[in-house]
Amino acid sequence: MDSSNLLSITTFIYGLAAFFYIFSFVFKKPFAGRLGTWTSLAGVSGNIAGIILRWVESYRLGIGHAPLSNLYESLVFFSLVIMVIYLVIERSYSNRIIGAFTTPIAFLSMAYASLSPNISDRIQPLVPALKSNWLIAHVISCFIGYAAFAIAFGLSIMLLLKQKDEKNENPFLKVFPDFKILDELSHQMIMFGFLFLSAGIITGAVWANSAWGRYWGWDPKETWSLITWFVYATLLHARFTRGWQGKRLAYLSIIGFSAVLFTYFGVNLLPGLHSYGQ
Amino acid sequence: MKNNKVSSNPVDGLWKFFASVKLTVMLLLTLAVTSIIGTVIPQNENPAAYIHEYGQFLYRIFKLLNIFDMYHSWWFQFLIFFLTINIVVCSIERLSATWKTVFTKTPSFDIVRFKNSFKEEFFDNHSPEELKSGFLPVVSKSFGYARIEETEKGFVIFAEKGRWTRFGVYGVHLSVILLLIGGLIGSFFGFEGSVNIPEGESVKSIILRNTGKEEPLDFEIQCVDFSVSFYESGTPKEYRSKLIILENGKPVIQKEIIVNDPLRYRGINIFQSSYGNVRPEKVDLNFTNRETGMIYRKNAAIGEEIDLPEAQGKFVIREYTSSFNFRGHNLGEAFLGILTPPNGDPAELVIPINYPSFDKMRKDDLIISVESSKRRYYTGLQVTKDPGVPLVYAGFILMILGCLVAFFTSHQKICVEVVKKGGKSRVMVAGIANKNKMGMQARTQRISKLLSEKAGILKG
Repeated sequence: MDSSNLLSITTFIYGLAAFFYIFSFVFKKPFAGRLGTWTSLAGVSGNIAGIILRWVESYRLGIGHAPLSNLYESLVFFSLVIMVIYLVIERSYSNRIIGAFTTPIAFLSMAYASLSPNISDRIQPLVPALKSNWLIAHVISCFIGYAAFAIAFGLSIMLLLKQKDEKNENPFLKVFPDFKILDELSHQMIMFGFLFLSAGIITGAVWANSAWGRYWGWDPKETWSLITWFVYATLLHARFTRGWQGKRLAYLSIIGFSAVLFTYFGVNLLPGLHSYGQ
Repeated sequence: MKNNKVSSNPVDGLWKFFASVKLTVMLLLTLAVTSIIGTVIPQNENPAAYIHEYGQFLYRIFKLLNIFDMYHSWWFQFLIFFLTINIVVCSIERLSATWKTVFTKTPSFDIVRFKNSFKEEFFDNHSPEELKSGFLPVVSKSFGYARIEETEKGFVIFAEKGRWTRFGVYGVHLSVILLLIGGLIGSFFGFEGSVNIPEGESVKSIILRNTGKEEPLDFEIQCVDFSVSFYESGTPKEYRSKLIILENGKPVIQKEIIVNDPLRYRGINIFQSSYGNVRPEKVDLNFTNRETGMIYRKNAAIGEEIDLPEAQGKFVIREYTSSFNFRGHNLGEAFLGILTPPNGDPAELVIPINYPSFDKMRKDDLIISVESSKRRYYTGLQVTKDPGVPLVYAGFILMILGCLVAFFTSHQKICVEVVKKGGKSRVMVAGIANKNKMGMQARTQRISKLLSEKAGILKG
């Protein structure tokens, strides 16, 4: 079995995990939630094994490099980070409802990587510009950041649903974590994401400076990552100094995640240096 | 009554304007939205392409707003300038209060604030006096500063830690300022250019990217050798240039550079960026007689007319091309020439370097092929100087450290109030923090638990 097969199976497992979490939430069956946790753990194991196997395969092909060099590999890593962060949250907050809103993102990302005809899962040799240790630092930082924002996005959706039900009567929303917990948790995720987005932009700049002699060139991907940074910086200021909470922050968080998605996928439609991310 | 004073001083007004976080939010969002423009409209292309794309009218408007180089336009720089002033003023405005909080000898505690925040309470059979000596070490163990105050019916312990973390946000702000100053220094005192050096040759100047002007260097760059390797799939694997830096004609430094591993010398960075074939000036040609197999060899410069052997006419090599396309196949490097027979019309012909028998197709008596042409590469180098980089890198490090402190540490205060209630003591533990209030609740609960355990093992 090669890594692509293993990762395709992981996609299926993540789909199953997302299904269990949603099922558990909709039909109020706690056992399905527990099943979701175990399935997620299995998926994470498969995901990690797939990444390692892919790394080994690249060395067997004689073009050894960390599997973080194209869209397929980044999506696979993105899914892994989402699942790992989610499982940590699940453990520390003992709430599986969040899983129904976050694991589907990991599943969709994996499914897109495995099934989209536009994304090649072939292991390709690195072009000269990508041969740098900064590549690994850059991609890892960026995708940890993106994954944290993805989870903050899921939490923001929950927040918007929850705040409509002030009297706490809706049977579906009753099982949600408290409004305060959702708000705080999504804030934590955004701070975490912001730190890693900053680190991602910085490692990218240092890399660009060592490859091309300029740390910033207003290339569309760079610019979009900065736009994303601006949006989340706005959000953090609104919260820290103006005391924004709940609904308004949730909207900003959703806008922020849209900017993340555009930085990730949309920019590939525009011309620029990051074309190997396609 | 400082706050009530209505100020008519324009400086004060300006200060107030820039001290507002609303302005920060507005500026950040405006920067975010306007930045999109330059990612949708390609930057710094030639006017003809823009006119073709947008038409005269839109072109003029865009041109007026500097949309085609928007990140360097007056209005974009103006926004960045405003943001800088905004950050500086906001930081100064808040810094004095923070400074007092952080560097005070006796921090102030407001018991009412503690009572209104998250608190835990329990009763204990010991008297406040008995608890006092046991409680203080428990609190001071996990808080850097702790003091005890006597009250009418007992005592209060105030403790805190992480005062300095209030500086985190200023670290982040300062880092942004460093980045902007570093960028400014780079744009004033740095340059960005490129140069192509054929193997074996050297240059003393480069071409600037923005203006296309020549920029002299204080030293000479010599390209000793260039090589390129490919993967099996044909995609490039590595470009490698062996460079020597010459000062007054004497070599001072030698390095093989590849993409991602530049040569740095006297504040100037030399990067591998591209390569190409140097146009050969002379070529050795073979003229083979189809029937006798006799081979004549002639050396010809490009553009030079030569007489063909056996009085077959005249031949001139018109030009060199690095790739010649023949019926959909790329034949690679080739020479294009014109053959003029003694009596007949001149004919154009192609002599690909790698396909010596190509000319046989012409079915002429003489078959022309290339014996050798000295194949030379040139290396394409990017040459930059940016004295702002150290400042920018300092900004990068400060930003990460600042974010870590600003997001994940907090100034935490705790208050333990013990009041005598009959023969017992009522213990209240309350905690406040400037950030991560939930984390502080958990911490307060933990301290409360520790204290009640401590009270439990006290004798008496």
